[in-house]
Amino acid sequence: MRIRIRYRKLGKVRFTSHRDMARCWERALRISRLPIATTEGFSPRPKMHFGLALSTSHESMGEYLDLDLRDPESLEVDLAELPGRLSAVLPDGVDIDAVAIIDRSEPSLQEAVTSCAWQIEVPGVTAEELRPAVDRVLSASALPIVRERKGKPVSDDLRPGIVHLEVLDADPDDLVSTGAVLSAELATQPRSVRPSELMAVFDPPLTEGRVRRIHQFIHVDGATREPLPPGAPAMVPTSVGAP
Amino acid sequence: MLARVSKPARYIGMEGGAQRPEHAPHKVAWLLAYPDTYEIGLPNQGLQILYEILNERPDAVAERTYAPWYDLEELLREHEIGLFSVDTHRAASDFDLIGFNLSAELTYTNLLNMVDLAGVPVRSADRRADHPLIAAGGHCTYNPEPLADFLDLVVLGDGEEVVAEITEVVGEWKADARRRGDRTSVLHALAGISGVYVPSLHRPRYDGSTFLGLEPIVAQAPALVEKRTIADLAEFPYPRNQLVPLTEVVHDRLNVEVFRGCTRGCRFCQAGMITRPVRERPAEQVRSMVADGLRRTGYDEVSLTSLSTADYSGIEQLVADIVDADGDGPSITVALPSLRVDAFGVGIATQLQHARRAGLTFAPEAGTWRMRQVINKLIREEDLYSAVEAAFANGWRRVKLYFLTGLPTETDEDTLGIAELARNCIEIGRAHTRAPSVTVSVGGFVPKPFTPFQWFGQNTVEELQRKINLLRDATRRMHGVQVKWHDPKATLVEGIMSRGDRRIGDVLETVWRRGGTFQEWNERFDLPLWLDAMAEHGLDPDWFTHRHRTAEEVLPWDHLSAGLHKDFLWQDWRDALAEVGLPDCRWTPCYDCGACTGYSIEHIVASATPPAGGSQGTGQDLGSGWTPVQLRRPTSDVVSA
Ligand code: SF4
Repeated sequence: MRIRIRYRKLGKVRFTSHRDMARCWERALRISRLPIATTEGFSPRPKMHFGLALSTSHESMGEYLDLDLRDPESLEVDLAELPGRLSAVLPDGVDIDAVAIIDRSEPSLQEAVTSCAWQIEVPGVTAEELRPAVDRVLSASALPIVRERKGKPVSDDLRPGIVHLEVLDADPDDLVSTGAVLSAELATQPRSVRPSELMAVFDPPLTEGRVRRIHQFIHVDGATREPLPPGAPAMVPTSVGAP
Repeated sequence: MLARVSKPARYIGMEGGAQRPEHAPHKVAWLLAYPDTYEIGLPNQGLQILYEILNERPDAVAERTYAPWYDLEELLREHEIGLFSVDTHRAASDFDLIGFNLSAELTYTNLLNMVDLAGVPVRSADRRADHPLIAAGGHCTYNPEPLADFLDLVVLGDGEEVVAEITEVVGEWKADARRRGDRTSVLHALAGISGVYVPSLHRPRYDGSTFLGLEPIVAQAPALVEKRTIADLAEFPYPRNQLVPLTEVVHDRLNVEVFRGCTRGCRFCQAGMITRPVRERPAEQVRSMVADGLRRTGYDEVSLTSLSTADYSGIEQLVADIVDADGDGPSITVALPSLRVDAFGVGIATQLQHARRAGLTFAPEAGTWRMRQVINKLIREEDLYSAVEAAFANGWRRVKLYFLTGLPTETDEDTLGIAELARNCIEIGRAHTRAPSVTVSVGGFVPKPFTPFQWFGQNTVEELQRKINLLRDATRRMHGVQVKWHDPKATLVEGIMSRGDRRIGDVLETVWRRGGTFQEWNERFDLPLWLDAMAEHGLDPDWFTHRHRTAEEVLPWDHLSAGLHKDFLWQDWRDALAEVGLPDCRWTPCYDCGACTGYSIEHIVASATPPAGGSQGTGQDLGSGWTPVQLRRPTSDVVSA
């Protein structure tokens, strides 16, 4: 049985790397004694399939992980209590918020997800100052960037990868945020646009403050859905400035 | 700020098993510090044990810190932020004590840097009552003199019990005299605790440039500071909650200490000498610590730690039990560090192969039997070969052999003997696997205080390099043999620190002020920095490291005691030169080295039978009674004090 897990990664734990998180998950799964299916061979590994990597020091409201459970033991696992059971053995700040069974024929997270929503703090500027710059980015017909591919510089256009971009209105209750907050939806296909790449196409380039992935989306045939199947509990996004 | 540095997970704490420190005015706040990066410092068992013991006390609270990497240090200095704890990001200067673990000489400048980053004057003489006390423990404190001017107090030996006494003394001071700005009284009171050395209360005497010793300047400070030894490891089943870091560190697995101390008597080995006698943890306690630890941490690897784990009495049964106990769960790996070749039998090899395979390291230490007699590592070539045979036969493809070079009386024949051993190991491996691999790792020998070799003149950088080159040339065409070595230049600086006296403090300060931190990192190590500082302060590296010392010479650590009688050590040094061995006193009668006799304690072993197989470090085939070596008999001509 394959299950898809949605979890948050908030607070100090954001400073761990994707690789660190993978190891935390491995240990957490061993502590939980869930019947995880393992790979064959001399040194069996648990069958975990991670979604898109999250950069070190970025937070997230919506991370996803697929797990294969061993059958038939999987039938005895109470999916309703799974979020609590796993959150308890994961680091503080990593909390499972929904679990659902998915079909093994579903494409992997890395194939399926087409875009991610982000909130990016931009320290030292006000929303008013930022708006014209955002308009310039949106009205540009092309945003050439140079990226490294297999050690060679290649030029690319970032513009098609920016699905949505706006400056959020300042939240008067938000004392943490020290600048403006950008809300962006960035494509992950055909290749992933990183928040730092977005910051670099501004003129002058912006510095990113705190960054939070707000959600991940699958666009198919004109419809948009999240990676969990319909019927799974919806997510309550919180803004990047919130603790 | 952390978003701008490399590996920020080093600085966030949040480990599994981390304590929730609650500070209070009546509590003594300890900041436990390791003067190297988080990755190296976090696994330190000594600090983890004290972290728990202190936090269990109602009158103490403990947090941890590690050396910030230089990218963070730059930011901290730029923004005038001090060193902080990883647990709650509390300023280091808010603690009552900062206690460093000293395990490696090349980290000394990091200690100075961390004290400075904490906003505390680096020299203890410049500190005021409101500054934290700077303490140090760990193996390097058996010669703390290079750091004497920077440390307020030094703890010798096991810390489990003495931290309680220190906490009480500091608590009283904090409640009273400290408020009046007094710092002297606490140092005097600390000096009265057994196992605590307060360097500022001892004054060096010189006759010209000849060092005559250190003498106490107040009544509270003893003329001879004795180490502390816990009598029974079973009373200290720590750490109960080993820290599980979120980011990768060295020794990233469950570590369970199975015994402390070693009586093999290897003459180069300071750890073996200063941690005597042997105190084994009862097998039942080891089993439950392993089972609980694995269940709690989620690790799938456990290391049974000690100076020589295969010497644990009943080791085969213990490993078998651990592997069996985990039968239904995911498979686990059992690692036995510091394997003695003569104790690695087929029995252990087959037990370990049930678990997943970790790499195997053997430490013959020297290339010829003659050389091994000198260092009292009495393992025969047959022992090594049968261990290697057992390893390859049981499916291992890679074996690592550890050697020292620059040992007393070493000749080129001994160096080339290393190559010979490696070649023979490869041959043995060929019978079992197509491409066996043997890694020969060579370290330059640094004579250490409280060992029989403390009088020996260390090899020069050139001599060590020549020997390494000799070995490299000899193995160049041996298929499957790789040679790795420790930089002889670093060995020189380690040698200066290892046996240096108080005058070295100026050198440390100069090197640190010129940016010489993280010297144990190859890419940061800078020999000219050290040599220039030595020259500026009029000190001669040759004098400190390369000359042989005489019996009469007063050593900079003569006012400290690890229990070992100096005349026992001297006799053992003479025996070494005469190629006379010394048996393991755990299974043969006591020769009164002083480690037990002086403190009325004795060895505690979990099982009364010596481990089976091999020569058990006595050089004799225990089955046949054959002795290839002349052994010094207890009491006969060993001079006893
Ligand atoms: S005092 Fe005797 S038994 Fe104890 S370590 Fe020394 S020689 Fe061995």
